[in-house]
Amino acid sequence: MATNFIGKPKNRVDGRDKVTGTAKYTAEFHRPGLLHGVVVSGTIAKGRIKNIDTTAALRLEGVVEVFTHINTPKQAWLDLSYKDMDAPPGEPFRPLHNDKIQFNMQPVALVVAETLELAQYAATLVKVEYEVEEHRTKLADHLEDAIDGDGFRAGFVPPKSQGNFKKAFSNSEVQLDVEYFHGAEHHNPMEMHAATVFYEEDGSLTIYDKTQGVKNSQHYISMVFGLSKKKVRVLSPFVGGAFGSALRPQYQLFLATLAALELKRSVKVELTRPQMFSFGHRPITIQNLKLGASPDGKLKAISHKAFSETSRFEKYVENVVNWAAKLYDCDNIEQVYKLVRLDMYTPLDMRAPGGATGVYALESAMDELSYKLKMDPMELRLKNYSEEDKSEGKPFSTKTLRECFQKGAAKFGWEKRNPQPRSMKKGHDLIGWGMATGVWDAMQVPARAKAEFSADGTLTVGSATADIGTGTYTIMTQIAAETLGLPLEKVKANLGDSDLPFAFIEGGSSTAASVGSAVQKVCEKIAKKLLKEAGKIKDSPFKGANPEEVIFADEMITDKINPSISMSFAEIMESRELEKINKKYMLLPNMLKQNKYSRNTHSAVFAEVKVDEDLGTIKVNRIVSAIDGGRILNLKTAHSQILGGVVWGISMAVHEDSFMDHTFGRFINHDLSKYHISVNADMPEIDVVFVEEPDMVVSSVGAKGIGEIGMVGVAAAIGNAVFHATGKRVRSLPITQEKAMT
Amino acid sequence: MRPFTFTKVRNSAVAVKEISEKEEAKFIAGGTNLLDLMKFDVMIPKNIIDITGIALNYIKNLEDGGLRLGALVTNSDTAYHKEVENRYPLLSHAILAGASPQLRNKATDAGNLLQRTRCYYFYDPATPCNKREPGSGCSAIHGYNRWHAIFGASEKCIATHPSDMCVALAALEAKVNVTGPNGERNIPFEDFHRLPGDHPEKDTNLSKDEIITSIDLPANGFAENFSYIKNRDRASYSFALVSIAVGLEMKGNKIKEARIVLGGVAHKPWRNKEAEAFLNNKEANRENFEAVADVIVREAKGYEYNKFKIELARRSVVRALMQAAKIEE
Amino acid sequence: MPEYNLNVNGQSFTVEAAADTPVLWVLRDHLRLVGTKYGCGIGQCGACTIHLDGKAQRSCLTPVSSVENAKITTIEGLSEDGSHPVQVAWKEADAPQCGYCQAGQIMTASSFLRENPAPSNEEIRKAMHGNICRCAAYNRIEKAVAMASEKLT
Ligand SMILES: Cc1cc2nc3c(=O)[nH]c(=O)nc-3n(C[C@H](O)[C@H](O)[C@H](O)COP(=O)(O)OP(=O)(O)OC[C@H]3O[C@@H](n4cnc5c(N)ncnc54)[C@H](O)[C@@H]3O)c2cc1C
Ligand code: SF4
Ligand code: FES
Ligand code: FES
Repeated sequence: MATNFIGKPKNRVDGRDKVTGTAKYTAEFHRPGLLHGVVVSGTIAKGRIKNIDTTAALRLEGVVEVFTHINTPKQAWLDLSYKDMDAPPGEPFRPLHNDKIQFNMQPVALVVAETLELAQYAATLVKVEYEVEEHRTKLADHLEDAIDGDGFRAGFVPPKSQGNFKKAFSNSEVQLDVEYFHGAEHHNPMEMHAATVFYEEDGSLTIYDKTQGVKNSQHYISMVFGLSKKKVRVLSPFVGGAFGSALRPQYQLFLATLAALELKRSVKVELTRPQMFSFGHRPITIQNLKLGASPDGKLKAISHKAFSETSRFEKYVENVVNWAAKLYDCDNIEQVYKLVRLDMYTPLDMRAPGGATGVYALESAMDELSYKLKMDPMELRLKNYSEEDKSEGKPFSTKTLRECFQKGAAKFGWEKRNPQPRSMKKGHDLIGWGMATGVWDAMQVPARAKAEFSADGTLTVGSATADIGTGTYTIMTQIAAETLGLPLEKVKANLGDSDLPFAFIEGGSSTAASVGSAVQKVCEKIAKKLLKEAGKIKDSPFKGANPEEVIFADEMITDKINPSISMSFAEIMESRELEKINKKYMLLPNMLKQNKYSRNTHSAVFAEVKVDEDLGTIKVNRIVSAIDGGRILNLKTAHSQILGGVVWGISMAVHEDSFMDHTFGRFINHDLSKYHISVNADMPEIDVVFVEEPDMVVSSVGAKGIGEIGMVGVAAAIGNAVFHATGKRVRSLPITQEKAMT
Repeated sequence: MRPFTFTKVRNSAVAVKEISEKEEAKFIAGGTNLLDLMKFDVMIPKNIIDITGIALNYIKNLEDGGLRLGALVTNSDTAYHKEVENRYPLLSHAILAGASPQLRNKATDAGNLLQRTRCYYFYDPATPCNKREPGSGCSAIHGYNRWHAIFGASEKCIATHPSDMCVALAALEAKVNVTGPNGERNIPFEDFHRLPGDHPEKDTNLSKDEIITSIDLPANGFAENFSYIKNRDRASYSFALVSIAVGLEMKGNKIKEARIVLGGVAHKPWRNKEAEAFLNNKEANRENFEAVADVIVREAKGYEYNKFKIELARRSVVRALMQAAKIEE
Repeated sequence: MPEYNLNVNGQSFTVEAAADTPVLWVLRDHLRLVGTKYGCGIGQCGACTIHLDGKAQRSCLTPVSSVENAKITTIEGLSEDGSHPVQVAWKEADAPQCGYCQAGQIMTASSFLRENPAPSNEEIRKAMHGNICRCAAYNRIEKAVAMASEKLT
C-alpha cells in the first residue's frame, strides 16, 4: 500500500520551512507599531530594591514606559493564580511584584521603547540601588538544613524504600560506598526566550510565546491578569529548541503581556543570552551510592541518596533516586531524596530531568562494583536484570533491554574488551571502553485532537501540542495519513495554537504516545464515518460493513476479503454530497490497564574514549546506543532524537557546567563561549540501534517516546570508559581535562 | 546601544589625529572583540573610528628576510598566506587553533593583539573588576579562577591574555610597528603586552593615540622544528587553558636555540629566557625537556581552581618540545 | 540617523539606522528578513551567518555601515523554494531538528562548498565548527554537507 508511513524514515514535513528560513519563531512575528521591551536584570542574590531610578531612561524620546515593581499594577493576589500546569509545590515567582530580590539576575524592570536599540540603551540608564542581605547558594555547605524531597507534581514519584537495606548491606561480602557530584546546567536552546504580544482592537491578546505548551501559557496569562480565556490566544508554531526551558511560562511572557495591557499596544520582549541563565537550571546533586553484593555479583542491597537544590519559594522535585528498583532485581533498596532551599531561582526540568543525573551516579557505581567483583560490567547488569519493577511490584509493559545489551554489545565489539584498565593505548592516547544502562518513563497523558476531512480529499488534524524539534508535525502527519489512507501531501497538521483542542505540555517524551494516539483515534472516527456514509450509497457493497472488515488505504475503502470491492473517498463524499467531515477525540489514558504495569524506556550505552596519558585531554570516540523505545514512528526523526540525546549526554559528561560564584550568588559564565556545549569537532561516531517492540499498553500507536532516553546513561558510560582508559575514577561532572589527568 | 559617533578614516595619519582629538575614542577593525565588549557594556567608547579603509591589508617580504603583516590583514588571510604557511608554520598553526573560520575571516592581526581578557568578571559589569573599573577590586582572586594566570599576576588582577596568535608572535620575536602623534616607533613583542601590576586596566604599552600599522616577523621562522599545542575545554572554539608555542633551531640532535612561550597562563604571552638558554647546545631528549619544564613552572602560582594548570603547563612544555624535536616515543 | 543603501538578495533597500547597527538587526527588524537568526549577538554561535560577496560572515558582528558596497545574501536569497543543493541535502539528511541554527549552518556550508566543492570529511568538520547546534544535529549536518557536495559535483 502506498499510504503506509508509520515507522518509515520520512523527511520532516516542516523541513522545507526550516531550510528556507520561512519557519517563523516567536520573536519574528510583526505588526506595525510593535514596541520593544528590554529586561533589566538584578545584580544581587538576595535583598531589597531600595531605589530604582528610571528618569534618565524615560527622558529619552521614544521610550514609552519603564515598568518596575513600583508602577506595575497589582495582578492577581493569589499565588495560586500564578501556578502553571508544571509548577512544583510552592509559591511561584511573581515578576515585578514587590521590592524583594529572591535570586540573582531577577528581572527588576522592563523598558519599553519604539525600537530595540533605544530600549537597550535606555535599559542601561535604569539605576537600581539595593539593600543587600546575606544569601546562601552553595548546596554542599547546607546539607544539614535539607528537607524531604516530596510533594505533588505531575510525573514525580516520591521515592520509597523496600526490604531492610542496613542489614542486607552489612551482610554483603562486597561493599561499595561512593559519592557522586555534577555541576549545574542551563538549557540554552539556540532561540532565546521571547514573547510577542499583539494587542487587538477589542482588547483581546494574540500572543506568540516560546513555550512547550500553549495551553499552559494561556492558562497562566488568563489567571494572572484575570482575563477570560477567550481573550487570550497563545501561539507557538515553531520552537527553536527548549529541552525543558519552555515547560513553564517564563517571565518574558508576563512582562510582554503586562506592557501590552497597560499600554494598550503590541509589545515584544526577547531575552538576551546572559538572561537565558536567569530562570532555571538543572540542579546540582550530591549523591551517595551504597551497593552490597555477594561475590558472584548478586545485588543484595542498594542505597541511593541524593541531595539537590531548590529555591526558597518553590520545591522543585524530580526523580533522581527512583531508578535502581526499576533496573535491578534486589530485595533491599533504600531511596532517599533531600532538598536544600537556596537563594536561587527554582530549578527547571531539563532533558531527562532527574534521570540523567540519578542514573549517572547509579550506573557509575555499578561500574565500580563490577571492578570490585572482577566481573564484566555488562555481566553484572545481566545477572541482576529485573523482570519486574521491584518498587511497584509490577511487570513491565514491554522491556527489550536484554536485547539492547546484546545488540549494542555486538555492534560495539564489547566481547573484545580487556577488563584491565589502561590496557589499550595508541600513541599518547589511552583508550577506554565503558558501558551503562539508561532508563526513563514511558508516559501517556490526556490529549485531544480534531480532524477535518474535505471533499477535495485533504485532511487537517490539530492538537494544541508543540514541535520543539522532536518532529511532532511529521509524526502527526504520518499517523493521520496512514490511519485514513492518504498520501502525506494531503494531510496538514496544526499545533502550537491554544485555539486547538487541549494537549498537555510537550515534555517528558509523552507527546508521540499521547497526541499521536489521539490523532490516530480521531482519524479512525473519520474513517468510520466515511464507511457509514459509503454504506448509505445506493447499492453500496459496504452497507452495514464494520471497520474491521475493510481497509482504508490509497484514498479508498477496500474490502479485506475481496479487494476488488472498493470505493474511493472522493466518490463517497460526492455521492453523499458532503463538503466536510469533522470529528473530535479525547484521549484519556486507560489508567486501569496502564497501572497494572511499569512503563519505561531503556537503553544500553557503550562508549569508547581516548584520554591523553599526560595531558588528560578527553575525546569521546565512539558511542553505540541501543534503544528500547517501543515502536518507532519515524526512523529518521527518531534517529535524530537519539543522536541529539547522546550528544547531550556527551556534553553533560565532559563540557557543561554553569558555574555559580557564591560570593555573588550568580552564574558567572553566562554566555556561549564560557558555558561550553559540545561543538561538531567533539562529535564521535554514533550508532543507534532500535530494538522495537510495540507497546500497546502505553499507547495505541505502540510508541513509548524517545526524547529523553537517548541521553540517560551516556554520561555514566563515558565516565566508566575514562576509568577503563586511565584507571582513575572521576566522580564529578563535567570530566574536564584536569580531572582526567593521571 | 549607547550613542556614539562613527567616523571612517582612510589613512593612519588621519586616524591618529582623530583619536588624539576625540574623547574616549576607539579604533574598530574587525569588530569581533570591541563590539561584544560594547554589547556587555564593558567598553563604552563615545567615538568610534573605523580604520578598515586604511591601506594596511597587505603582507610583504622585508629586506632583512623577514615578513611584514599589515595591521588589517585578517587572521585567516595570514594563516593561509603561502609565505606564512611555508616560513612561519608555527604562526599558521597558532592562528588556526583559535576562534572559528568566520571569526578569523573578520578578525584582524592588530585586533588580535589587542583583544581583551576573557575573565568572567571582566565581562560582567554586575561584579567588581579592577581591569574594567580600576579600584573596584578583583573578583577572580577569590572567585572562579579556572581560566586565570599562574605566572606574573598581581594582587590587583590575575587575568590572562587569551590570544593564540600572540603566543606564536612572542616565540618568533615579532615587532609591532605603530604610529602616533610623535611619529613611528616599533615595539618588540615581549614589551608589547604588560603584566597587570598596579594597573591592570592597561593591557599593553601602546599609547591611547597610537595605531598599529603592521607586525614584522624576523627571518628565522623555526619552520623545521616547531609545535603549537592548545589545551582547551572542547575540541574547537574555546580559549586556551594552557597553550604553548615552541620553536627549535637544531643541529643534528643538538639544540642551538630554543623558544618556548606559553599562552593562557599570564597577562601576556609567557616566556622564560633562562629556561630557553638552558637548552642551548643540549641534546634534544626527554630528560632535558623535563628539566626545562621544571624550570619554567618553578615560579608558577596557582589559585583555587587553576592549580592544575601548573602541572598541565609542565607536561605541555615537554610534549611540545618533543614534537618540535620530532622525537617519537 | 544616516541612511544606507543595501543590496540584499539582489534587491536594493534603503534603511535608516545607526552606523554601528549590526546587519543582523537591520535584516530582522528593518527588512523583516527573519530567516537570519539571533543566537547570541556577539559572534559566539553562528546562527546569524550570511554571505557578504559570497563569503560566510557573522551578521551580528557586522555593522551596517560596512556593507554598503557588498552583495548580501541571506537564507531567503539562497533559493526561492528550497531547491539549492545544500537545502535539498539538508532535508534529505534530516539535519534540522528545531531548525533555529540551520539557516546559519546552511549559509556556512553553501559558502564553503562554493570554495571547496569536494571537501574531505576533515575539511567539512573544520569548516562547520563555528556553528553551534543545541539540538546537536552535528553528525547529520556533516552528512548533509557531504551529500550536498555530491549533488554539486
Ligand atoms: C567567539 C570567539 C572566539 C574566539 N576565540 C579565539 C581563540 O580561540 N583564540 C584567539 O586568539 N582569539 C580568539 N578570538 C578573538 C579574536 O581573534 C579577536 O577578537 C580578533 O582577533 C580581534 O580582531 P578585530 O579586528 O576583530 O578587533 P576589533 O574588535 O576591531 O578591535 C579590538 C581592539 O583592538 C583595537 N584595534 C584594532 N585594530 C587596531 C589598530 N590597527 N591599531 C590600534 N588599535 C587597534 C580596537 O580599538 C579594539 O580595542 C575569539 C573571538 C570570539 C568572538
Ligand atoms: S582577574 Fe583581572 S579582569 Fe578578572 S576580575 Fe580580576 S581584575 Fe578583573
Ligand atoms: S548571533 Fe551572531 S554569532 Fe551568535
Ligand atoms: S536544529 Fe535546533 S539548534 Fe540546530
